[in-house]
Amino acid sequence: MNRSYELMFIVRPDMVDEDLNKLISTLESSVTSAGGTTKSEVWGKRRLAYRVGKFNDGIFVLMLIEATGAVVHEVERRLRVTEPVIKFLTVRTDEELKRLDKIKKIRDSKKKASTAPAATAAPVTPATPEAATETPASAPV
Amino acid sequence: MAEETKAPTASAGSSGGESRPERSERPERSGPPRGPRPGGGPGGPREGGRKYFRRKKVCKFCVEKIEAVNYKDVRLLAQFVAESGKITPRRLTGVCTPHQRRLSRAIKQARNIALLPFAGRAQ
Repeated sequence: MNRSYELMFIVRPDMVDEDLNKLISTLESSVTSAGGTTKSEVWGKRRLAYRVGKFNDGIFVLMLIEATGAVVHEVERRLRVTEPVIKFLTVRTDEELKRLDKIKKIRDSKKKASTAPAATAAPVTPATPEAATETPASAPV
Repeated sequence: MAEETKAPTASAGSSGGESRPERSERPERSGPPRGPRPGGGPGGPREGGRKYFRRKKVCKFCVEKIEAVNYKDVRLLAQFVAESGKITPRRLTGVCTPHQRRLSRAIKQARNIALLPFAGRAQ
């Protein structure tokens, strides 16, 4: 079963772009060969919130993976073995995305419901600015 | 000002006086039903005096309809982290329980990936 994950890892700041791209492409290929999909974005060099080893900053890379857990496990193993990678974090996002989707749907349906009466009540707009100015004053701040 | 505040307390004391006589002895303490719960934090006491009138705090996430609390959003998370690096308690920030749960989780994830400090300020 495919799930969506967010994998963020930090490589040492002195890593050359070439090597980084190579690393990313190998990780991507290991996912795609196992039937998953990925999208990577390089955040670039950022300061770390605390020292890691002897580094004060690092290059952050974010990978969005859609694959099975075993694939992610394999990618994590690779990251652990790869020396320039100083930190990584995997977060499963499919349930969160599902939840957000649901909320969005509810909001959209509500918006549709609220916009429809507003359109019909459009001719009465001169009255609404007054009402709008009154409400914040009466509302407890 | 003092009379105003005392008047409702006296009535409250008299109404509840039958069951709890000690209430009428200390009218300042057993206040009338206060609207918003007082609390410290960013709202802060606005004016001096004995009674504190504090702004009712509202959950930032509910008001701004931020549903996705993600560990990558350092700017947002940093607002709920004290200078020492600690997660600010709900009673100070006014964040509602479900959102505080997500928030604390996101902060912990962000700490793990060195986006937020575990302790102290991010250099």
